[in-house]
Amino acid sequence: MSDATLPSAAATPPRSASRARSESPVVQVALIAISLAFLLLFLLLPLVTVFVEAAAKGWEAYRAAITEPDALAAIRLTLLVAAIAVPFNIIVGIAAAWAIAKFEFRGKDLLISLIDLPFSVSPVISGLVFVLLFGAQGYFGPWLQANDLKIVFALPGLILATVFVTFPFVARELIPHMQSLGSADEEAALTLGASPWRVFFAVTLPNVKWSLFYGVLLCNARAMGEFGAVAVVSGKIRGLTNTMPLHIEILYNEYMGAAAFAVASLLAGLALVTLVLKTLLEWRYGDAIAASGRH
Amino acid sequence: MTAATTTFRWREPSILPGFGLALGITVTALSLIVLIPLAALFLKAASAGPADIWAVATSPRTLAALKLSFTAALFAALVNAVFGLILAWVLVRYEFPGRRLIDAAVDLPFALPTAVAGISLAAIYAPNGWVGSLLAPLAFKLTIPFTDLSFGFDGKVAYTPLGVMVALIFIGLPFVVRTVQPVLEELQSDVEEAAALLGASRFRTIFRVILPQVLPALMTGFVLAFARAVGEYGSVIFIAGNVPMLSEIAPLLIVIRLEQFDYAGAAVVATMMLLISFALILAGNLIQARARRRFGDV
Repeated sequence: MSDATLPSAAATPPRSASRARSESPVVQVALIAISLAFLLLFLLLPLVTVFVEAAAKGWEAYRAAITEPDALAAIRLTLLVAAIAVPFNIIVGIAAAWAIAKFEFRGKDLLISLIDLPFSVSPVISGLVFVLLFGAQGYFGPWLQANDLKIVFALPGLILATVFVTFPFVARELIPHMQSLGSADEEAALTLGASPWRVFFAVTLPNVKWSLFYGVLLCNARAMGEFGAVAVVSGKIRGLTNTMPLHIEILYNEYMGAAAFAVASLLAGLALVTLVLKTLLEWRYGDAIAASGRH
Repeated sequence: MTAATTTFRWREPSILPGFGLALGITVTALSLIVLIPLAALFLKAASAGPADIWAVATSPRTLAALKLSFTAALFAALVNAVFGLILAWVLVRYEFPGRRLIDAAVDLPFALPTAVAGISLAAIYAPNGWVGSLLAPLAFKLTIPFTDLSFGFDGKVAYTPLGVMVALIFIGLPFVVRTVQPVLEELQSDVEEAAALLGASRFRTIFRVILPQVLPALMTGFVLAFARAVGEYGSVIFIAGNVPMLSEIAPLLIVIRLEQFDYAGAAVVATMMLLISFALILAGNLIQARARRRFGDV
């Protein structure tokens, strides 16, 4: 850098190293204030509003809104869909991480990109693809109808759409962690005579359990909260194919705001529990959770 | 390399077991859940025939929806890039009460279901909502003298394109913060100190020394926030008002086409959306790769 671009040391006296890395207190306070105002307006206000609006009509109305049969059916369906979609993604995520982290093969980068693909696809399109395959006018629609099978506007469609949108979550957390651990532990166990499955359950799984839990946590939050993809495949039949987010939409559109926010408060509670667990995991096992909080 | 090792081998030998099983499960699940369904989408769009594809693709309603989705996502990602950078800076560099709590709160949009965020934002920014009622008196309209050009704010956020942007800002913020934050944490202090000791002002140090190192991560965060915002549905539709040609986003248009059993029309709009966003993500990655080469991998 030439002398012309920087003033000479004599013109500006050198500052101490500690002051050199910080801004003036006024700037600091201003930046903190901007950040807090932005977060308050865009993040905390929506969260608080959910609980305030849910409580607006009192405890009895709240209780009635979350215990009426359609709401209970929606809660049960949401839990059921997550209970199938999440374990499926755990198995696939572990398999993908094992293949990608423990072996060197051609096309690995492509495989990683393809696993991440659902993140760049609109949730609505994630549902649409299954309607195009299995809907009444879809590619397999006539065959399904002839055999009296239902995928779209029924439970299988909801599960497929949910698996699609949550596909990358577990693999994404496991792959970087397993790559950083290497294969020395597993090779030692094999050399000592452990069976392949024993190596996996006694060596690999305990090593990655916290990043696995982290991935499962995020996968579950998305599975239970997914809206766009399931909205397309559900058909929104009350009491039958309505998950909690879809039930919220119907209540809101029928001007039953307090009831909609009551059901929403349950999902907001789930989000808060997820956030707390996630933060605890990051504080306690931050090193293990390499790709923390990307999605 | 000798002749013996140049024979094609698609994977390195390893004593670990389970490669076939693990890769088999992964590729099968990936194909059945993601790849084949996406292929069906492209096939359906292509089967519509050139004339129909052109009619759907160039209909004013499709173009208006795509334009809204991409411009609102762009502005939201820009707002997020600015405030996300400030937020990441504040979280990494300053000590203040509640810092860790705020750090954790940044991930709220990842955890809060989009439909919940959607009805909540709609309630806040509606004309009678907490924020909406404060904004209503701020309406203004300015006309540039001697021209017909005018711009203004009619005091409404919900049920307008501004509402779409509010929802997209909410949904995209963590992407920027979480990609910039680790890079800021790992910045070496010696370069900054050297710049300061050589007499550079703090302002100059930030813009000439720190920002170039953060730029690739900032662009990654921007692209991630943008990509998410383009396809976002749940948090937008409640606050958008969904007026065709005005505040109707592309994903909603897909849903409307589906509800009219116009599968091919839905597939064409969806394919256009996917192709445009893939192209933009690719462009973002290329720009970012260039930035990395220029400023070093940090």
